[in-house]
Amino acid sequence: MLIIVCPFCGKRPEIEFTYGGQAHITRPERPSELDDQAWAEFLYMRSNTKGIHAERWRHARGCGRFFNALRDTTTDHFVATYRIDEPQPQIEQPAEPVPPP
Amino acid sequence: MSRQNFSALSLLWRGLSRHGGWREQWRKPEPKAAYDAIIVGGGGHGLGAAYYLAKEHGIGNVAVLEKGWIGGGNTGRNTTIIRSNYLFNESAALYDHSVKLWEGLSQELDYNVMFSPRGVMMLAHTVHDIQVFKRHVHANRCNGVDNEWLEPEQAKAFCPPLNISSDIRYPVLGAALQRRGGTARHDAVAWGYARAADALGVDIIENCEVTAIRRDAGGAVEALETTRGVIRSHKVGVSAAGHTSVIMAMAGVRLPLESYPLQALVSEPIKPIFPCVVMSNTIHAYISQSDKGELVIGAGTDAYTSYTQRGALHINMHTLDAICELFPNFRRLAMLRNWGGIVDVTPDRSPIIAKTPVPGLYVNCGWGTGGFKATPGSAHVFAWTMARDQAHPINAPFTIERFRDGYLIDEAAAAAVAH
Ligand SMILES: Cc1cc2nc3c(=O)[nH]c(=O)nc-3n(C[C@H](O)[C@H](O)[C@H](O)COP(=O)(O)OP(=O)(O)OC[C@H]3O[C@@H](n4cnc5c(N)ncnc54)[C@H](O)[C@@H]3O)c2cc1C
Ligand SMILES: [Zn+2]
Repeated sequence: MLIIVCPFCGKRPEIEFTYGGQAHITRPERPSELDDQAWAEFLYMRSNTKGIHAERWRHARGCGRFFNALRDTTTDHFVATYRIDEPQPQIEQPAEPVPPP
Repeated sequence: MSRQNFSALSLLWRGLSRHGGWREQWRKPEPKAAYDAIIVGGGGHGLGAAYYLAKEHGIGNVAVLEKGWIGGGNTGRNTTIIRSNYLFNESAALYDHSVKLWEGLSQELDYNVMFSPRGVMMLAHTVHDIQVFKRHVHANRCNGVDNEWLEPEQAKAFCPPLNISSDIRYPVLGAALQRRGGTARHDAVAWGYARAADALGVDIIENCEVTAIRRDAGGAVEALETTRGVIRSHKVGVSAAGHTSVIMAMAGVRLPLESYPLQALVSEPIKPIFPCVVMSNTIHAYISQSDKGELVIGAGTDAYTSYTQRGALHINMHTLDAICELFPNFRRLAMLRNWGGIVDVTPDRSPIIAKTPVPGLYVNCGWGTGGFKATPGSAHVFAWTMARDQAHPINAPFTIERFRDGYLIDEAAAAAVAH
């Protein structure tokens, strides 16, 4: 089980959280102007990154709040967690997978 | 080198001569500079596609490139449940095409894939389950796919270890049974296709990871860069399960896929006790017994995307809770080992077997948690699609564009859970 750092509550076990998929996908500002391809992009296409992935989590069985995380999907190591009103921390994709600490 | 055939006589003869003289069942060639077609991914789907390209379309100058060893991906990690009782017409046609091929596969390949149609029983635990399953039974019947409704006592008669008492957390309220469903030996499927494809001239190249896709001025596929050099081909089929997004990104193609860990585990081996396959989607557990005697148990996917080929222990514990309630006999069994594979999940839980926007590049993916059952059928129509640059009628609905055009084949909603 992973230990995840909630930006509000600190370290908690994975079972307190729910996963919310890729982060920073903004809802289109003028939905009526979107063509089908753009809708499909928004609804279904995902980066599915192998490496550092920006993603949403919710501390569902804790404070209940959403936050974002950077996680290396080759190791499941959390590189950073941050509030949704904070910008994504800039982190280089590691050349080699970083082993979890 | 001619292929060694298997027969009762040849087995007896080798047995008497202390099993000397068995040769390797397929070659280990160096990659050639160019091929008429290349398959990326040496799982059952990729090896099968290479076999059908050679066998049915006369394209024998084919390579299968596998970054590890063949069958080392999800093909060798799955719980081998085979069934075709899916709701929608498109899915029923695809999965039943596969079950029909399973029925003759050992003969076709001259290799025992141990297909065992012992029956797959899916348990209903809620009123919603009952309604959904009965709807499946009727829809399947319209499509000529066998599936029948069982009352709890009938389910118990079919699978004696099943606990149908009403005082468990999720009592069994009935079940849907597909008698033609069952299991097969996962490794044998990879090996059988590899051996048969090799005999038709296909080069199976292991330890060969594709690292880039080269395209010509018109955008068409020209060559693959690999850890064993550049290999040219104008026809490339990607059949790489959990790594499909990574490979397709090399050609700038985005797909509606997310890769999740899916875990399974086996118990210590015991005498034959479990006559069929039992699945419970509602409480995330499925179980059968292998010919070695181990109980083979599968869980639901982990919560988050990952490429680690492992998952969290609490997911397995959750599944074992369900198994112990349904089969109290098994409470004292020790679990021998557990493992994970990375499955590529689409939003509608149906696969993509299609041409891509890049000329010469084809993709067979999105099988998620349930593609082993489809191995022969999927490989067969994928080879057709690559050979003719056109979908077979069976895979024609399974395009990438369905997500743009709104023609989802929504088995996710039909099952209401992962399946
Ligand atoms: C635990 C578990 C249980 C399952 N249970 C069932 C079940 O009961 N019934 C069912 O129907 N399905 C089940 N599945 C799903 C099923 O295993 C898969 O859908 C199916 O085996 C996929 O086959 P494949 O040949 O497409 O993929 P794989 O066997 O994964 O083959 C893909 C291959 O591509 C290779 N590859 C990846 N990247 C590259 C690269 N860059 N270059 C070269 N090669 C590359 C990989 O090494 C791999 O060998 C289960 C899966 C898991 C993980
Ligand atoms: Zn919190």
